[in-house]
Amino acid sequence: MTVARTNCELAIVGGGPAGLAAAALAAELGVETVLFDEQPTPGGQVYRNIEANSRRHDALRDILGGDYAKGLALAERFRRSGAGYEPLTAIWQVSAGGKLGVSQNGKAYLTKAGRVILATGAMERPFPIPGWTLPGVMGAGAAQTLMKASGIVPDRPTIIAGSGPLTYLVAFQLLTAGAPLHGIIDTSEKGLFETGLAALPLLSSFAGDLLKGLSWIVALGKARVPFFRGRNLAAEGVSRLEAVSFDSGGRRHRLPASLLLVHEGVVPNNQITASLRCRHVWDVGQTAWHPQTDKWGATSTELIAVAGDGAGIAGARSAVHRGRLAALDAACRLGRISRTERDERALPERRAVQRENRFRAFLNSAYHPTEAVRWLADDTIACRCEEVTAGELRALISEGFTDINQLKSFSRCGMGQCQGRMCAGTVARLMSDSLKSDIESVGYYRLRLPIKPLPVAQLAELGNADRDSRPLLPVVEGDPSQRI
Amino acid sequence: MFRRLWADDLSATIFLDGRPVLCRPGDSVAAALLAAGVERFRTTPVSGADRMPYCMIGNCFDCLMEIDGQADRQACLVTVAEGMQVCSQFGTGSFGTL
Ligand SMILES: Cc1cc2nc3c(=O)[nH]c(=O)nc-3n(C[C@H](O)[C@H](O)[C@H](O)COP(=O)(O)OP(=O)(O)OC[C@H]3O[C@@H](n4cnc5c(N)ncnc54)[C@H](O)[C@@H]3O)c2cc1C
Ligand code: FES
Repeated sequence: MTVARTNCELAIVGGGPAGLAAAALAAELGVETVLFDEQPTPGGQVYRNIEANSRRHDALRDILGGDYAKGLALAERFRRSGAGYEPLTAIWQVSAGGKLGVSQNGKAYLTKAGRVILATGAMERPFPIPGWTLPGVMGAGAAQTLMKASGIVPDRPTIIAGSGPLTYLVAFQLLTAGAPLHGIIDTSEKGLFETGLAALPLLSSFAGDLLKGLSWIVALGKARVPFFRGRNLAAEGVSRLEAVSFDSGGRRHRLPASLLLVHEGVVPNNQITASLRCRHVWDVGQTAWHPQTDKWGATSTELIAVAGDGAGIAGARSAVHRGRLAALDAACRLGRISRTERDERALPERRAVQRENRFRAFLNSAYHPTEAVRWLADDTIACRCEEVTAGELRALISEGFTDINQLKSFSRCGMGQCQGRMCAGTVARLMSDSLKSDIESVGYYRLRLPIKPLPVAQLAELGNADRDSRPLLPVVEGDPSQRI
Repeated sequence: MFRRLWADDLSATIFLDGRPVLCRPGDSVAAALLAAGVERFRTTPVSGADRMPYCMIGNCFDCLMEIDGQADRQACLVTVAEGMQVCSQFGTGSFGTL
């Protein structure tokens, strides 16, 4: 039985590279730190299940490769650091005052932290195409998660469609695992890669990354996995996926498949910062919202910092350094180190972040999410939860629904269980297209709390246990006039 | 649709709608069910369409199931436990959830 933690100096949400690095460093600096994570073991999305997979299963190690193995050192340092760890624990609310709503093992409790670092990472960008709600359609990252977490791989005809390095990484990993890959459909726009490459400074220092990517493509070619450059993708089937169709080379193709894995890059998981109404910015290069932060990851909300991909996509290596920057700043604010020490220790981390940003700028332009952004047919479902189509939304907008929250309450789009995680970006883009206005003025959904399903029984118990907890749920803190 | 790279450690049993499903301790409920060939996890409240996990990391909510009597649990975030009772969730199933 776990004992609810009532207080800590520093609370960290998320056990990926950013959260692990931040927690380890903060604890090493003497800050009383607790890391909360929904997963059972440290690693986040990129290093999921790293400890167990490093101890055994050579086959899986070969499939996942050397970059994955690098996560072990992070997890080990975290384990040694003395930071508290609460796995299988969901954070369903964070308040601007540093209170966290925690749900663990069927019980809810509240904890108060002197400072909070959100390291909630990224999620795959939702890729709305006709038929994407059919069983048999999944994210490419979802298939990768199955591999890492449980050693589970597809064994029926599988097609991967999308854009960006993870598409090819997953394809290569599945190939190595012996999965029946029946096609790769690259949706990226021709020429962008070359343009991006030309703009990449210090090419040689990223040669390793580029060669790695190239080696995946060569291996897939050698294995004769059919390759297409395609667009206007559709998942076809009556009650489950039967085939994938798309335009390529001037005609429509149709490939039978049991599993379609889609990927259009990743976007920040900003559910908590959005619910806090931290100031957000629209990142044109990444076609996504992220919270605005200073160089330490501090947001516009006093006690809250963000580190890693949750603060803007920059990849796993950058996440480690951004986690350490946020930890140094937290240790300084909590009185453990001086400003001078913070600034000195930050130098190498900052240089590393800047280096990664250069490579990210290349990836952003090479894999701009063209398909996912521009092509949304009227009969395509935008909101998976409430099954609202793009056509229905366009009709409402033309009737005069020009406010995203008004559109939300009227159409129910974004009101379902996922609370807009799957449709917010799509709807914002669709509105800005239809209204011919910029996406910043369209804004983002006002989120309903809690951000994770919370059984009423848990909430009732919480009320009995802690009278102070009463104001937590209904209050939306932060400046209400501040649109994100 | 899926297979396990190794099947040496299927030492836990959960029950899906009363039927036993063998799994590896440490699996998420969603992973164990996908490995066992399950494709319909829930049906939607609006049209009643079948759904299968889409994201596997807690964001899409298409893996919602009733687990040990509680509706709306995200099967991709719940780790299997011996004897766990899992039910496909039809429609809202959301009694008692905020
Ligand atoms: C499915 C997927 C697979 C990926 N695979 C790769 C890969 O193989 N290689 C690569 O270079 N990049 C990969 N990426 C990109 C990668 O996510 C990032 O670069 C890196 O993991 C970012 O690290 P992070 O620490 O910011 O967050 P993450 O690693 O994403 O970790 C975030 C953690 O926060 C937890 N969390 C989120 N919300 C809550 C909450 N409310 N309560 C409690 N815990 C919460 C999550 O469970 C997770 O453990 C992948 C991304 C995704 C989405
Ligand atoms: S599969 Fe997406 S939330 Fe579980």
